[in-house]
Order: sequence, then structure tokens, then C-alpha cells
Amino acid sequence: MLKDEDRIFTNIYGLEDPNLSGARARGDWDGTKALIELGREEIIERVKASGLRGRGGAGFSTGMKWSFMPKEVGERPHYLIINADESEPGTCKDREIMRHDAQKLIEGALIASFAMNAHATYCYIRGEFYREAEALQRAVDEAYENGLIGDNACGTGWKFDFYIHRGAGAYICGEESALIESLEGKKGQPRMKPPFPANVGVWGCPSTVNNVESIAVVPTILRRGPEWFAGLGRPNNTGTKLFNISGHVNKPCTVEEEMGIPLKELIEKHAGGVRGGWDNLLAVIPGGSSVPLLPKDTCETVLMDFDSLREVQSGLGTAAVTVMDQSTDLIYAIRRLSKFYMHESCGQCTPCREGTGWMWRMMGRIADGEAKSSEIDLLLEVTKQVEGHTICALGDAAAWPIQGLIRHFRPVMEERIAASKAPSQAAE
Amino acid sequence: MKNADRVHGADEPFAFNAETEALAQAAISKYPEGNQRSAVMPLLDIAQRQCGGWLPVPAMEYIADYLDMPAIRVLEVASFYTMYNMKPVGKYFVQVCGTTPCWLRGSDNIMKVCHDELGIKSGETSEDGMFSLLEVECLGACVNAPMVQINDDYYEDLDSDSTKRIFDQLRAGETPKTGSQVERHTCEPIGGMTSLEHQEPARAESVAGKGDS
Repeated sequence: MLKDEDRIFTNIYGLEDPNLSGARARGDWDGTKALIELGREEIIERVKASGLRGRGGAGFSTGMKWSFMPKEVGERPHYLIINADESEPGTCKDREIMRHDAQKLIEGALIASFAMNAHATYCYIRGEFYREAEALQRAVDEAYENGLIGDNACGTGWKFDFYIHRGAGAYICGEESALIESLEGKKGQPRMKPPFPANVGVWGCPSTVNNVESIAVVPTILRRGPEWFAGLGRPNNTGTKLFNISGHVNKPCTVEEEMGIPLKELIEKHAGGVRGGWDNLLAVIPGGSSVPLLPKDTCETVLMDFDSLREVQSGLGTAAVTVMDQSTDLIYAIRRLSKFYMHESCGQCTPCREGTGWMWRMMGRIADGEAKSSEIDLLLEVTKQVEGHTICALGDAAAWPIQGLIRHFRPVMEERIAASKAPSQAAE
Repeated sequence: MKNADRVHGADEPFAFNAETEALAQAAISKYPEGNQRSAVMPLLDIAQRQCGGWLPVPAMEYIADYLDMPAIRVLEVASFYTMYNMKPVGKYFVQVCGTTPCWLRGSDNIMKVCHDELGIKSGETSEDGMFSLLEVECLGACVNAPMVQINDDYYEDLDSDSTKRIFDQLRAGETPKTGSQVERHTCEPIGGMTSLEHQEPARAESVAGKGDS
């Protein structure tokens, strides 16, 4: 159980003043100039040493990512892009940072931009988060007015601008190259890699895209020292993490906890337990809709971090925990996700554009008991045809929930089909 | 539709007014010189608000001229992103999240209440032009499920009664409380904090309105 003194987001619920004075009272912008004066290489080294892994889902080392940017600025300016297109079903953590702890994000953006030689940050917020964009803009305005950012950010002589770009309703723009396309005023369709954004990003310039939470934790890591952050959690899975616990729990909530907290403890300690008691649990999606679900027996012991969840063929993703109790029609629950991916496929790659529709329709046949039992294997085959055959990971994300369902709950699918076929077996 | 005089007509000429012109210029100034096309999304949003919630073709053509880009590129963007409405919507655009985290907590029921109360199905606009209804994908407020978005605001932790109450208030010209509709400030667990306990919700009252919903 994480102690309050080790929590980074101390106003995550918005119970204290979200404005600059309140943020300063919580320690934001304390000695920022000295942090900048550590110098680029030292900042990046310390972020690497903290073990911070990207909080947007992929879990790549944040410091390492920063080090991929060109060391010197050539003819093309550098940019930091913050991914606030929070749209992964189950996920609602960045929203709270932007509403309630926005100064952490702005301070982190200044430090990260300085470390990557960028004079500007673009924060791409999903369009539906209109009030969140307003709250963040208020925070940005306050930071400018107080000289924390602008022509001479924190008195360091470093010019730094923070811009907000609102999206307009497209999950795919959370994929970094689609986000860049969108920022350029185009349809959000992912780009082929290479070139990687660190070489050719927005407007053809070196760019790094980081998640809101990854950037917002940086000032605290530097202030308290990388060894503090690295001392929380487990090796290679360090620090604290915002968890969103939704679905069939008694008290759905967002909470900052230590990486590696047991899933069962997370649900029971913070979310009031599974509705109807732990034994009423059926399955959990542990990291946002894109990761395969876990059956109850795995949930008993699994730890909530990147490596532990990978070992059980799932993933930490965005750390959005969706709990499903025994009353859940699991086939329908996953089918609803299939509909989501069908709706959100950008249409660029044929396997995804067509495959997401196929998967949704086949899941419908199974959910309604209209399928033949051989269609389960056919569906699995379709997921394999989509997975790994598209430019971006949306195809994979559409395939994995179904693969997880088949892996753990195949008998449920077979029963559904058998039950509906039973009276008219001869008709097959 | 009966309120056709309220919304911008499909073939009326479009131009920014003084206020939206200033907003458009501010949006363009955010992007490096020569990349003014990046402002197409904010400009579409500004135009849509000016037109009463949707984008007639002349508005898109105007933006294309304004940003010196082909009209088809503007149309492409407008039709790709779901928040640009290609046809008129009601005064209150009710978007019900139906993705799994909301579905698990009863979004089907919320949708049914919307049907019954508003007399329209998903994708329709009421006769009087007051309400449009649409089932949408995850709106990112999953620990406050089920929820709906009405215009720019989220209404969270809904049940049948609170959903009805919101519609009644909107019909009466009142401003319903946004955010959580239960005894809850934002995303903390209901009935007792499990972290940051010193910030018990009672304290929230003293800072309410300081920039938070």
C-alpha cells in the first residue's frame, strides 16, 4: 500500500485548489530552474535511472525515448507532443491530471522539452474533453502570467511555449503517428515506420510523443531523485501508477498506487471489492480494452505491472482495470469491444478495415448462438489474419480481446452455441 | 426540421464574424509559419459552433479558402472525425456512451430512458429540434459510468432518475449540475477515501467553483 507521502498526484480528485497557488502549495514548480540547470544529458540519465516506462500503454523507457532525439538542433526545430487523446475504453486517468493537477503536466513538459531541445510542446487532447481542455488552458495561462513558461521560462533563459490542440473524436489519434497526422490537419491515419517521429515527426521535424502521465511524473522524479522512484514497485516495473477501476466493483475509482500492487488488493482496498464479493468475480480486463482478459483464478495472484501481466498473456496497458462479475455476458462484453474497434478503424489497412467488421459480426453470431461451433476456430483464424498485418496496433488491439476470450472461456462460447442449437440440431 | 431558422441553412453563404474571426486567427497563430493547415480542426470546430452545431458545405469551402487548401481536404477531415456533424443536430446533442465499461454499469438502461424521454432513437433529432440522440464510443469517464455527454458537458454516475431530471431541467431552461450525479466530487471512491484521506470531500465545498466542474 502506497503511502500518501509517496503519491505524486496529490490533487487527483480535485478536492484541493487546482490553480497555480494550490499547485505550488503541493510542491509544483519548486526549484524548476535548478532542475533545468542539471542539463540535458543529466535529466535524461536521471529519468532513465528512475526506470520510468511510458504510461500510455506500450511501456517503453521514457528516458530512452528522449535520447533518440537528435543531440543537436539542425535546420528543423524539435517538438514535444503530449498524447492526451485518452480514448482506450476503461481509461480516464489523464483527464484527472488535466483537470486537477495540470501544473505537473506543464512543468514536466518544460523539463522534457528542454531535455530534447524543443521550444514548443503541443498537447493533443481528445475533442470530447472540452472542459478538460479549458482547465488545462487556464493552467497554461497562469503559468505564462507567472513567467514559468514563455520567453524566459522560470528565469532560465529558455523559451518555451505550450499549445493545446483539440482532437475531434477519433480513437486512432492516440496512435502516435496518427496523432501527428491529425496535428498537421489531416485524417488521423497512422504512418509507416521508419522514419520514426524522432527523425521525422510533426511538420517533418524531430518529435517525441509522450503520454500525459509520463510527462507529469517527471518533475517529482527529478525533485525526489530517481532512486526514490526506482525504489517503488519492482525492478523494471518501478514507481507509482494511476489505476482506473471500473465495471462491477462496489466503488469504482481512480487511485495512484505502487506498481506491482496485487490486482486483488487493488480492487478490494480501493474499489470496495467486487460486487457481490470476490467469489462473484468472473473476469478482469486489466489494462484497457486492448489487452486480453484474465479469468478469476489468475486475478487471485497476479501483480499489476508490465512484466507480471505479460507473463499471464495480458498486459498493463493503460492500467485501466475493468471488472466483470458472474452476471456478465462475457461474449457480449467482448463483442461490444469488437464494435468499438470496427467503429474506430481508420480504414487504411485492409485487414483491419475489413477484419474488425468480420470479427464483430462473427462475435454477434456466437453471442446470439447462431454460429456453428467450428466458427470459434474460424474467428480465431480471422484474429490471427488481422494481428500483425497492419501499419499500427489497432488491428492487434481488436484481435487480442477475442483471443483472450477464446483462450479462457471457450467452453462458454461452445455452450452458448450448443444451447441454442439443441432443439434443432438436425437443421445443421 | 421545424427549427431550421435556428441553425445555419445548408446553402447559405458562410463567413466568420468578428468574434469567430479572432478565434480563428488565434488558432492559426499556434502553429509554425507555413503550417496554417494544422488549424483546420480548430477552425472546423469554430465554424460548427457558429452554425449551430453542424457544418454546411459552404462553411467547409470557406475554411478551405481561409487556409489556402483544397476543399476536398477539408471535407476529408470533417468526415473522418466523429465530432464534426455533417447534418444539423438538436439544441442539446445527447451522446450516450455504450462501450463495455459503461455497458457493464447499465448504459442500455440509460439509452432506454433517453429513448423514452426524448421520443427518439439513436441517430435521430426530436421534432422540436431540442434534442439529438446518439450512442457513441468510450468517452473516457469509465470510473463514473454510466455517463452521457450533452454538448460540451459530461453527466456521470447516472441512473434512470438522474437522467430524467437532467432532461427536465434542460427543457425548463435550467442548467443541470454537470459531472457526477451522486454524492461524489469526481473520481474518488464513494463513501470514504482510501488514499489522501486528509482531503475528505467536505473540504471540496470550500474550493468548489475554483475552476472545477
